Amino acid sequence: MAAKRVSSLLLSRSFTSSLASRLTGGKSACQARAISRYSTAAALEEPIKPPVNVEYTKLLINGQFVDAASGKTFPTLDPRTGEVIAHVAEGDAEDVNRAVAAARKAFDEGPWPRLTAYDRQRILLRFADLVEKHNDEIAALETWDNGKPYEQAAKIEVPMFVRLMRYYAGWADKIHGMTVPADGPYHVQTLHEPIGVAGQIIPWNFPLLMYAWKVGPALACGNTVVLKTAEQTPLSALYVTKLLHEAGLPSGVLNVVSGFGPTAGAALCSHMDVDKLAFTGSTETGKIILELSARSNLKPVTLELGGKSPFIVCEDADVDNAVELAHFALFFNQGQCCCAGSRTYVHERVYDEFVEKATARALKRSVGDPFRQEIEQGPQVDSEQFEKILRYIRAGVDSGATLETGGDRLGEKGYYIKPTVFSNVQDDMPIAKEEIFGPVQSILKFKDLDEVIRRANSSRYGLAAGVFTQNLDTANRLMRALRAGTVWINCFDTFDAAIPFGGYKMSGQGREKGEYSLKNYLQVKAVVTPLKNPAWL
Amino acid sequence: MAVQSNGNGSLDSHVKVPVPQIKFTKLFINGEFVDSVSGKTFQTIDPRNREVIAEIAEGGKEDVDLAVKAAREAFDNGPWPRLPGFERRKIMMKFADLIDENNEELATLETIDAGKLFFLCKIMEIPGAAETIRYYAGAADKIHGETLKMSTALQGYTLHEPIGVVGHIIPWNFPSQMFAMKVGPALAAGCTMVVKPAEQTPLSALYYAHLAKLAGIPDGVLNVVTGFGQTAGAAISSHTDIDMVSFTGSTEVGRLVMQAAATSNLKPVCLELGGKSPILIFDDADVDKVTELALQGTLFNKGEICVAGSRVFVQEGIYDKFLLKLKEKVKNWVVGDPFDPTSHQGPQVNKKQYDRILSYIEHGKKEGATLFHGGKPCDRKGYYIEPTIFTDVTDEMKIAQEEIFGPVMSVFKFKTVEEAIKRANATKYGLAAGVMTNNINIANTVARSIRAGAIWINCYFAFDRDSPYGGYKMSGFGRDMGMDGLKKYLVVKAVATPIYNSPWL
Repeated sequence: MAAKRVSSLLLSRSFTSSLASRLTGGKSACQARAISRYSTAAALEEPIKPPVNVEYTKLLINGQFVDAASGKTFPTLDPRTGEVIAHVAEGDAEDVNRAVAAARKAFDEGPWPRLTAYDRQRILLRFADLVEKHNDEIAALETWDNGKPYEQAAKIEVPMFVRLMRYYAGWADKIHGMTVPADGPYHVQTLHEPIGVAGQIIPWNFPLLMYAWKVGPALACGNTVVLKTAEQTPLSALYVTKLLHEAGLPSGVLNVVSGFGPTAGAALCSHMDVDKLAFTGSTETGKIILELSARSNLKPVTLELGGKSPFIVCEDADVDNAVELAHFALFFNQGQCCCAGSRTYVHERVYDEFVEKATARALKRSVGDPFRQEIEQGPQVDSEQFEKILRYIRAGVDSGATLETGGDRLGEKGYYIKPTVFSNVQDDMPIAKEEIFGPVQSILKFKDLDEVIRRANSSRYGLAAGVFTQNLDTANRLMRALRAGTVWINCFDTFDAAIPFGGYKMSGQGREKGEYSLKNYLQVKAVVTPLKNPAWL
Repeated sequence: MAVQSNGNGSLDSHVKVPVPQIKFTKLFINGEFVDSVSGKTFQTIDPRNREVIAEIAEGGKEDVDLAVKAAREAFDNGPWPRLPGFERRKIMMKFADLIDENNEELATLETIDAGKLFFLCKIMEIPGAAETIRYYAGAADKIHGETLKMSTALQGYTLHEPIGVVGHIIPWNFPSQMFAMKVGPALAAGCTMVVKPAEQTPLSALYYAHLAKLAGIPDGVLNVVTGFGQTAGAAISSHTDIDMVSFTGSTEVGRLVMQAAATSNLKPVCLELGGKSPILIFDDADVDKVTELALQGTLFNKGEICVAGSRVFVQEGIYDKFLLKLKEKVKNWVVGDPFDPTSHQGPQVNKKQYDRILSYIEHGKKEGATLFHGGKPCDRKGYYIEPTIFTDVTDEMKIAQEEIFGPVMSVFKFKTVEEAIKRANATKYGLAAGVMTNNINIANTVARSIRAGAIWINCYFAFDRDSPYGGYKMSGFGRDMGMDGLKKYLVVKAVATPIYNSPWL
């Protein structure tokens, strides 16, 4: 019911700004629910022309831009309009074979693993400098292809990419094995060798950051790589890999194959000459990837998969701050984050106030052309995601959750969705159990810590969790009780280069970022040799 | 060991005191108990009644020379460093088991020698020593160096080798714990050693030497020289054949040890020295809990503990409530014979400490602090002092600045977090600090701001075998306990050799 009421209303900007001031009084939630402010955004304006040209659309194999063997291309679309940005070469099994062959040769015979670590570091540092120099074009490409706010891409994501590359460049000459005490007169040491050819499959929600998380440590360790980008967002990877070659990367070390999962992705997973696989994406696809690895050459696999991360607002919380952080935890990047705080558990003492203020905050969220300044939310990445999110919203309404605001598309063109808030959500509703990957906040009520721990953990996922409390004992308790790879206490989405990230349960296996990620790309060799008359053991 | 009703007139008649037979009074060198070269002995005194327990061999420079010679031979040519780590581990595990088997006797020795509470020795100090030895036994086969990422075509690696002959100089306040936390990691590393226990408390160390031999630690690996600091201690610090010295004691003596090391063979030293540790109590703290923690933090082991929380800073909002509760609780604090299970506090270790503490109490009164509780010796024969609390203490008073090492608490009032941090840090020491708050932001800020080696949040004395322990500033340097405590007994050697046609670098 509420959904229909909201979707039927479109109001002018002047009206909404006067509403916004009334909303801050906190008493007018009932009226607020029926009114939306974001109506003037993208829908009614011509899209801003992106300040960048698409120069690279071919596959990058063995240091060369080449067409797909089949000659096929696929269109990559502007999520603001659904119109074509460019036609991109569509790699499939044959192209993956070419790319793996190049990577194999570069690993087995080429200079890259044989360079000193110091020299590898220098190339990665030069690469970081070049990306920094081209910050704005790269950010524009990312926004155009993905729909994320340009300011977010330009001020956070590209600088973070640079930070990650420099971080892993610094690791290159600090990769240590161990000397090992033996039970008899032997000298034992372990060598941490590069694992070989790494296959990496990255998603569309953070194309550049996922590139950095995967390519950074793989190259620092001396591996060669075949990277398959998401078909929704192939552009930025081609651009930066061109820069990486300019920085001095030898041919064949990093090969980029644009294309689709069932063809190019599957070929990479099943390839007998790929020594390691790393994937970020959905849990469903993760299962297929693990299976293909098992069926082919048992290559080890790192998986970063889905999530349904709880954000727990405790009894003592300052509600205004909690609302803001919970809002950010869910709506950041159009809700397209695997670690999105998509189950907002609020203590009953502050629940009503929280719901009211969270609704008001969602209403205030500025949605529109991501190239416009001070836009908080752009369009969803493509029509498939867009439709899926709307289906979940309908499921929320149908299962009896209260739609507080949002609930429908915004405008007639592109994949914009109104920031949506559900209250009175129950644990068994689809919107509380399944990953929506969109701007849909589900608010649930809880009474005590034991209960919220049990409910937060009763998920097949375990990627992240947010805890909002000033109480040290509560914080200490929750940080250990929550079965998740990251627990953010009074913060969320803090993604430093050195902080490891990964999932419990069906959110994946392995860790990326930080020192932990090096392990994904190293093979351990134990070397043993007898000692004659050792002075000590 | 016999247990008898106590006939000593000054003690409570219901206290059962085990009378131990003193089995070991000589130096332990190269696996044998021997007299000192000079033939001299010194008396070790029972602080409960000021009576002599035993005559102990007094080791001097010549005895230290003999002990070092044995340790040197055991290191250079003996089996200990040449045993695989798991074999050292096995022997150390046996050593720990023997300590447990002799718990009661060791606890008794510790109580009569140091005046420590008997039941705590039984359930904490002696089992703790065994557990520490086991912790490091488990570390013996986990000592790793690294293989390196060389910038040219070289295979590089590091070996973490035992440093050699170690000198340990240990204090009298926790004779068993200190013995285990120094000897345990050194044995695990494959070192050999000379231990000098404090002259006030020589008994348990000699007993441990006996158990070590029974466990199978080869002769010469662990030598114990009882004696005084100026003679035996100085001989260890300045010995040119000792490779490293580990010392726990006062800041004054720590300076002498380091000077001697510098002027002899530049041996590295690890120093655990004095403290004047703050306990910061914030407005939101649970009064009942923090009062208990503050009281224990100051009075535990009669205040003879380097991490004593001897400066208690209380935020103004909770200050009055804190004092009320403190008054109530300190009344129930029982000073008495350490064998009496109802006692909270035994006698100070000896006359010197006793006199020193009483003179600090006089200073406190003279400088204008308010005597809130106690302040006098107890009416008993031994070195017993009332638990003493001063309020209205100002930061520049002697009792606020110097380590008293007795049951004396100084209470201060503060307003803001910033002020508390500033005043807590205004000391030459930096051993530990207590932070009492349930506010996560205050706890995090203060934990990082206090310049001290251990921060205990909503707890105190949270010692743990796996938790490294040591000082900032003039409280010393280096760490005991934990895997960090093992490092100082190892020396790093880098080995490099050319490699040709490597498929990766």
